[in-house]
Parts: sequence; C-alpha cells; structure tokens
Amino acid sequence: MTSTEPGHEWQSDTQAVADRIRVRVLDHVLSHNGGYMSQALSSAEIFAMLYTRIMNLGASTAPMIPQPFSGVPGSDNPDFFNGGAYNGPKAPEYDRFIFSPAHYALVLYTTLIEVGRLAENGLEQFDMDGSTVEMIGAEHSPGVETTTGSLAQALSQAGGIALARKRRGDTGKVWVMMSDGEFQEGQIWEAISEAAKFDLDNLRVIVDVNGQQCDGCMDAENYVEPLTGRIRAFGASAVEVDGHDLDALDAAMSMETGKPHFVMALTDPVRGLPIFEERAPLLHYLRFTSEGERERYRDVYEEMVN
Amino acid sequence: MEIVKRPHVENFIAWAKDKPEVVVLTADLTNSSEVGKWRDTYPDRFFGMSMAEQNMMGFASGLAREGYVPYIHTFAVFIYRRPYDQLAMSIAYPNLNVKFVAFLPGITTPGGVTHQAIEDVSIMRATPNMTIVETGDATEVESVLDVAHGIDGPVYIRMLRGEVPRLFPKDEPMRLDEVRMLSDGDDVVVITAGITTEEAMRASVPLAGAGVGVRHLHVSTHKPLNDPLILESIERSRHGVITLENHTIIGGLGSAIAEKMAEAGSAKRLIRLGLRDTYAHGASKAYLMKEYGLDAAALVTGVEDLLGVDTGITERDLAAARVEATHSLAKAEGL
Repeated sequence: MTSTEPGHEWQSDTQAVADRIRVRVLDHVLSHNGGYMSQALSSAEIFAMLYTRIMNLGASTAPMIPQPFSGVPGSDNPDFFNGGAYNGPKAPEYDRFIFSPAHYALVLYTTLIEVGRLAENGLEQFDMDGSTVEMIGAEHSPGVETTTGSLAQALSQAGGIALARKRRGDTGKVWVMMSDGEFQEGQIWEAISEAAKFDLDNLRVIVDVNGQQCDGCMDAENYVEPLTGRIRAFGASAVEVDGHDLDALDAAMSMETGKPHFVMALTDPVRGLPIFEERAPLLHYLRFTSEGERERYRDVYEEMVN
Repeated sequence: MEIVKRPHVENFIAWAKDKPEVVVLTADLTNSSEVGKWRDTYPDRFFGMSMAEQNMMGFASGLAREGYVPYIHTFAVFIYRRPYDQLAMSIAYPNLNVKFVAFLPGITTPGGVTHQAIEDVSIMRATPNMTIVETGDATEVESVLDVAHGIDGPVYIRMLRGEVPRLFPKDEPMRLDEVRMLSDGDDVVVITAGITTEEAMRASVPLAGAGVGVRHLHVSTHKPLNDPLILESIERSRHGVITLENHTIIGGLGSAIAEKMAEAGSAKRLIRLGLRDTYAHGASKAYLMKEYGLDAAALVTGVEDLLGVDTGITERDLAAARVEATHSLAKAEGL
C-alpha cells in the first residue's frame, strides 16, 4: 500500500513491534519455565501487522490492568466483562478482531502490551488463579471477543457477525486470525462455503501457516501446499505470502477481491530463535528440560535485548 | 377435540411481522420445519445454511452478538447431537439470544433412531444458561414464541408440527415455569409433558370411573422447573407420583422430579415411565408409544402398580375415552 514511500517508516515501527513480541514472550517463557513459544515466533509479524497497520480500531475502552475474573456470562451476571473492549468500541466504521486459536493467547496479550492497549505488568496475571489473563483465553480475556478455545469455531462466529454487519451496511471489516491446524476440522470448510455463498467480502482471515500442531509437524507437502487451492475451490479468495515479509503481508491483507479473503502467511516456527530448532518437530509448547538448557536460552535472550 | 393443522406456519409469520430482529436459520429442512411460507414472506430474514449444522451454530451466534434473534429451525437431533460443542461454546456459554425450534421430539417421527430425539432434554438440562420448554398442544405451539422471546439467553423448544390437538383453551397461553393442573384427585399425581399429556388426559376419565383420584400436572418448562405446585401435589398425594415422558427416563422429566423429591426429603414413591434406557426404531407414533410404554395404557398399568390395585380398565375403555380441551385448575386454587 505505502511500501514505496520514502523512509519506510511504518515498516520499521511494525517490525519493532514484532521483534518486541518475540522478546517479551521469550522473557515470559524463561521466567515461567514454559509457554507457547513457537506461536509467537511464527506469528509476531501477523499480530504486529493487524494491530499497527491493517485493522481500523478505536481506542481501548478496557482498563490497562485487567480486572479479576467477574464470572461467566449469564442472565444473572450483569457484571460480565467482554475482552473485546481492549480492541476498542464497536462502531459501523471500525473493524472487529476475532481471535481463533485461543492457544495463541500469550501472543495476543503481548501484542496488546506492545501497542499500548494493556499495561506491561498486566502479563504478571498470566495463568494466575482468579485472573482473566488465562493461558488459553476465553471471551473475558484481554483482546478476546468470542470464545474459541475449542478450535475452528471462530470462522463461523465471525461469519455471522460479518453477515449482520453487511446487512446493516457497516463499512468496517471482520478480521479473523487463525492457525493452519484448524483447517483439519470440517467446520472450517462449512464456514468457508457458507461465507462465500453469502458474499461476505467484509470477512478477512489471516492464517499463521507454521506447519505446527500439538502432536508435532503437519505434513507440509501433503497438507499445507494444497490448502490455498482448497480454500479457493470452496469459493473464497486466498493468497500465499511470506508471513515475515511486511510489504508482502500488507499487499495481501489489503487486497479487495469481492469474496471472503484468506491470507495464507507462510511462517517459520523458530523465526528469530534458531536454537529452538533443536526441539523440532515438537515445537507446540516449550518447557526447559534442565537449568542448563534454560541458561542457553537466557543467553540468547540477552543477545536479543542488547 | 379440535385438531389444528400446522399451527406454527401462520402463527410464526404473524408473530414475526413486527419483530425485524427475528431471523430464521435452517439446515436444509425448510418445509420440514414448517418455515417455507415464512421464507417466502420474509426472504431477507431467512438464511438457508445448507446441511452444515456446526457452522449454522456459529453464524447464529455471530448474528445474535450483533442484535439479531436467530430462530434455528431444524430437527431436534441435529441441534443437540451433531453440533453440541458449537451449541455449548458458541451460543450457550456466552448466553446469546438464539432460540432452537427443535422438531421431532422423542418418537414422534417414523424416521427411526437417527431422527428421534430421545435424550435431548437430558443433555440440554445439563447445559448451563439453557432454558428448555416443550409444546404439548396447538395453544402451546402458538404461545411458546412469546415465552422464548422473553428470555435473555438461549432457549430449546421441543416443537410439534403437522396435525396438533388443542388441549388447552386459546386464552390460556404457555407461561414459563408454570404447570397446568388438568385434573384433581388425592390418590396419585401424574406428571406429563408434550405428547404424553394427551395420553394421560385419555386415561383420567376411566381412572376416575374406577375410583382412582388423579391430580394431573402438565409441564411445559423443563428448565427452570420450580413451580411449587409440583412438590405440594406430590406431598399431599396418598400414594405418590408417576411421570410419563416422550424421552429416556434418564435425565429428563422423571429424573428432574426425582431430584426435587430427594432434595425435599420426600418419602413418596415415584414411577418413571418413558423409554427405558433404549433407542427406538422407525414406526408410527401410536405403535411406538405402545411398544415403549408411553401411552394411556402404560399409565394405567403404572397407576395399578403404584396403588396395588387392578382397575379393570381395558384398552377399549381408553379408546372410547374422549379428550376435550381443559382449563387449568391451578389458578382456581389460587396457587
């Protein structure tokens, strides 16, 4: 969009946010002896792009320090707090963010910190009893508008929101962040098919195609490669880009296709932390096996910070 | 007794006229769910979601979050069985205003095991935030929409289609968590819901003739189920209570009554009639009600068991019994 402007200022700002996401998540994993590390490494640019460049969001209406858990939604709980407030108010012109792989919660919280929507010490509540900053977020967690920890439900939810907004004539888009593993669920294909049928061109999806899932590496040749073609065959538009290339992401995410649009961001699950490659193919969750290993990661962290 | 042909069709169209927030979603069962004419009347509020129920739950949740009130019309089994995770996480957990109009409850279909919703009340009772109502006649089919619409949150409606009897006067609409008292007597309490109510009404005349006093309560709200008339009636009965449900006896109406009695410390006997931990098969409603003991004859046998008497009532007596629309006696007693 503006990549030819002199100075390339937005790129350096956005890259700085992506870099800080990686550093902060590594810091957190070091201090807590565990965490969803590869998700941050693969998706740092995706989250940085969404929150600094792509989504049109209003200012957060939520407290910088998250309030304690105030109960589950219900007609008897008027105090229920929805984490979507961290993405600003709902208005016709604003975009909406629907967060699908709830296991990326740590990356989302970290992004909110880096873009000034959440206090730095908000992360101290991560995974603490009674906190909303949960390990796998639900709709009371910062930045989380709908409950999606049972994977592959967000796209359908976002489809309903997009359908309602299209009927109302809202100009804002509905952005969904997904992971590639979710495409193994049949519901995703139902959702793409129906979203295409209803011409939901206001529905946009960015997919972290990192080839990783809980049991290890997805078979890239047989699974990831045909994914883009399969999405197109179901009636949506889809483009593949280098998920760490900001200009490529910018062009793909800004494309107007007249259809539900998928950006397949091909990413590297150890990007910026090559030492983590030792753990391949099991990169879903990083827990240190010894204090010695943790020290080696700490050394890398010191290098990244300095 | 008046038989009303497809009461939902015109009633839903008239009811939705001044409610632009009401939209309909269905999964390839438009006419089967009696909303074909509704679609033709309000085409811009009707969404055919293909044969894809998991996605339909998500779209309904998104529409509800934006202020619409989706009325999902499909068969009950395709609401609570196939897409249960989506129903629970995308709709029930966030307490969204989605109403499930669930057709073919229990053995009301010859479609066989795949189409017979025999454990839906059990599963929905265990789902937090869910309200469950069941229609037993044309008056309830016509008035259940107001009940559902007045609730802040998801509502599961066991709905009747096709030819539906009118058992209750038109001016006595369904009310949330209020039971109807259809007959009164001191010996036994009979509690029914949905299609089993007509069966109990059929049995009550010969039972009265045999000197058995029956207080018959019709339940239209499975959850919440707090009408004090239920426990009061059981406690004042001479012999106890019989539940008769178009559902497995595990987790449905009989279980709900058992829970209430146990919590209240009731020492009365309870007999649960219904499907006895079994699936059914494809056959006519009348055949299946007889086979699985959901009909008037099964109730008479239950009463004889509870009272330890032989009433002498025959199938012929039951066939000859006329069922007429009945005012609830509950109000008359000021309860």
